[in-house]
Amino acid sequence: MSARKNRGTAAPQHLQALYKTMSLIRHVETALTRLFANSEVPGFIHLSIGQEAVAAGIASALQPQDSLATTHRGHGHVLARGMDVSGFMKEIMGREGGLCKGRGGSMHVADLSLGILGANGIVGAGIPIALGSAMAHQARKTGGVAVAFFGDGAMAEGVLHETLNMAALWKCPLLLVCENNGWSEFSPTSRQFAAKLEKLAAAFDVGYAKVDGNDVLAVADAAEGATARLRAGRGPFVLECMTTRVRGHFEGDAQKYRDTGELESVHEHDPLTAARGQLQAMGVDTTGMDQAIAAQVDAAVDAARADVLPVLEHAIQDVYTQTAQETGA
Amino acid sequence: MSTSTEMRYVNAVTRALHDSMEQDPAVVVMGEDVAHAGGSFKATRGLLDAFGAARVIDTPISESSITSAAVGMALTGLKPVVEIMFMDFITLSMDALVNQAAKARYMFGGQGSVSMVLRTPHGGGLSAGPQHSQCLEAWLAHVPGLKVVCPSTPQDAYSLLRASIADPDPVMFIEHKGMYASKGAVDTSLTARLGEARIARPGRDVTLVTYGATVPVCLKAADQLAKEGVDVEVVDLRSLQPWDKATVLESLSRTHRAVVVHEAVQAFGAGAEIVATIADEGFDELDAPVLRVAAPFMPAPFASSLEKGYVVTVERVIEAVRKTLA
Repeated sequence: MSARKNRGTAAPQHLQALYKTMSLIRHVETALTRLFANSEVPGFIHLSIGQEAVAAGIASALQPQDSLATTHRGHGHVLARGMDVSGFMKEIMGREGGLCKGRGGSMHVADLSLGILGANGIVGAGIPIALGSAMAHQARKTGGVAVAFFGDGAMAEGVLHETLNMAALWKCPLLLVCENNGWSEFSPTSRQFAAKLEKLAAAFDVGYAKVDGNDVLAVADAAEGATARLRAGRGPFVLECMTTRVRGHFEGDAQKYRDTGELESVHEHDPLTAARGQLQAMGVDTTGMDQAIAAQVDAAVDAARADVLPVLEHAIQDVYTQTAQETGA
Repeated sequence: MSTSTEMRYVNAVTRALHDSMEQDPAVVVMGEDVAHAGGSFKATRGLLDAFGAARVIDTPISESSITSAAVGMALTGLKPVVEIMFMDFITLSMDALVNQAAKARYMFGGQGSVSMVLRTPHGGGLSAGPQHSQCLEAWLAHVPGLKVVCPSTPQDAYSLLRASIADPDPVMFIEHKGMYASKGAVDTSLTARLGEARIARPGRDVTLVTYGATVPVCLKAADQLAKEGVDVEVVDLRSLQPWDKATVLESLSRTHRAVVVHEAVQAFGAGAEIVATIADEGFDELDAPVLRVAAPFMPAPFASSLEKGYVVTVERVIEAVRKTLA
C-alpha cells in the first residue's frame, strides 16, 4: 500500500501530517478537561486521550465521499475527519453557533457534509448505521466506504453480530474499526466478552487484522490496506486497534476500579510521545506545530465562550423538516 | 383524467411502493422475505421482478440492524422503506427508531433529515396471539421526530404511502393486517397530506374520532344508529403524529359530544391524548363527558372466544354513543 511505501523517503511528511492530527485532538481534549473542571461544558464527556493514533491513522486513508459513524468517545474521529474546530468547540460547550446548534453536544457531534453520521450515545448503535451507509455507497456507486468506529465494550452488543452477518452477505464496503482499550465502561472487557473479535470476524468469513493502535503509522498502513480492499469490492473488514484509555469512562471518573500500576503506566504507551520521538529522529521538530495548534484551540474556546446560548423556540423547529405548526406539535 | 380501480388494501400498498420506486430511483425496499417471497402478507409482491435485487432487498431476521441500516442509508442519499413483518417486532427496532431516526435531524441541528419509512402491520382479529396482534402506535406517536400514519382504506393506503415515502422525515406507516383483503376504489392520481383527517361520514349529533381498522366499525355503528334517528359523524384521523386537532375540534363544535375509538389498549393510548386535548381546548363545547372505546388492559388474546371480547365491536361503539346522549 502507498502508506507502506511512504515509510521510506516520504515518511517524515506522512508522519508529520498524522502527528498534526493527533496533536489537534490532544490539545482539544486537554482543553476540554480544564473546561469541564471549570463547569464550562454541560453534561458529561468521554475523552479519547491516549487513543489519538486510531483516529488519525484511519482518517488518513479516507476519501471525501466516505462516511463514518462513531461512538460516545468520538471527538478524535470527527476532528481527524476534518470537523471545524470552532464549530466543534461551540457544540461541546452548548452554543447556538455549534455545528449542531447546541442540540446534541459531545455525544452527538455530526457534520453530514463530511460524511460524519454522528457520534452516538448508545453503545454499538453506530455500527448498523454505518452498514446502511455502506449499502448506500454500494447502491449509489459512490466509490465510497463507510467506517464504523466502536469500542471493545460494543463487542457484546447484538447489532455488531447482525452487522457482520449482513455486511458479509452483501460484501458491503464497511470498515469495522474496534478501538480496544480493554475497558467496557467500568469493567475489564475480559470479564464481559467470552469470544475474540478475530474469531467473530472469521465466523462470518470477514477479513481481520490486529494492529498496535498506539502506533499511528501502523494504523495508517492497516487502514490504507483495508480501505483498498473495500474499494476493490472485496467485502467488509475488521480492524482491531489495541489502544489505551488514559482518562476515565467519563470525565470526572476517578477510576478507582483500575489497578494503580496499570494506570501509572498508561503514559508509556502515549502515541504522541512515540510519534514525536520518531519525528525527532528524522530531524523534525514539532514545537512550532504544537504551538500553532494550541493557539487555534485557544481561539476556538474563546469564540465558543463569546457565542450565544441556544433558545428553545429555535430548537423545536429542528424536530421535523416542516415547521411545528405544520406538524401540529 | 382520473381513473379509479377497485383493489384490495394490500394491493394498494404494493402499487404505492411500485409507483414511488418508479418515480424515484433512491427508493429501496428492504425487510424479511420482501423480495423473493413478496412479503409475509404479499405487500411487496412483484417488486423484485420490476426493480431487481439491488432495490428490493431480502434481509436476515435482524430487525434491530435493518432498521438502523435504514437510518444510515437515509443519511447517505437513499430513501429506504423497511418492512417489519408484525408490529410486535418493532420492540427490536426501538433503538433505531427512538434514539436514531427520530432524533438525528434534531441532534444534528437540522443538518439533514432521515427520510425513511417503516411499514408494519398491527392489529388483531386473526387469533395471532399476544406477540402478533398488538397496536403499539401510541409508543411511536409519543416520540418527537417520528410521524405516524394509520390508513383505513385502500385509497389512503395508496395516497398516504406515496406521501410518506416523499416525506423528508421518518414515517411509521402502520397497516392493519385484518384489512389487507378489504376492497375499495383507488385513484392513483389522488394525493394526501400527512396530518389531515377525513370526515368519513358527516353527522350532527355525536363525533366518533377513530383511525385504522375501527373506522369501518364506527361507520357500521353510525349506520345502525341512523335507524334510531341518531346522526353520527365519523372522523378518520389517518395520521396520529401529526394529528388533525383542528378537524376534531371543528366537528365537536357542531356535535358537542365525542367518543374516541381505537383497537389499541385504552390506558395511555392515542385516545388519551385526543380526549385530553378536547378537555383543554374544547371544554366549552362539551355537552357530555368524552368517552373512549378501546381494548381492555391486557395482552391481546389468542383463542377466538377471548379475542371477540377484546376487539372493539359495533355494539360497544353504539353503547358508548347512547351513553353520551343519555
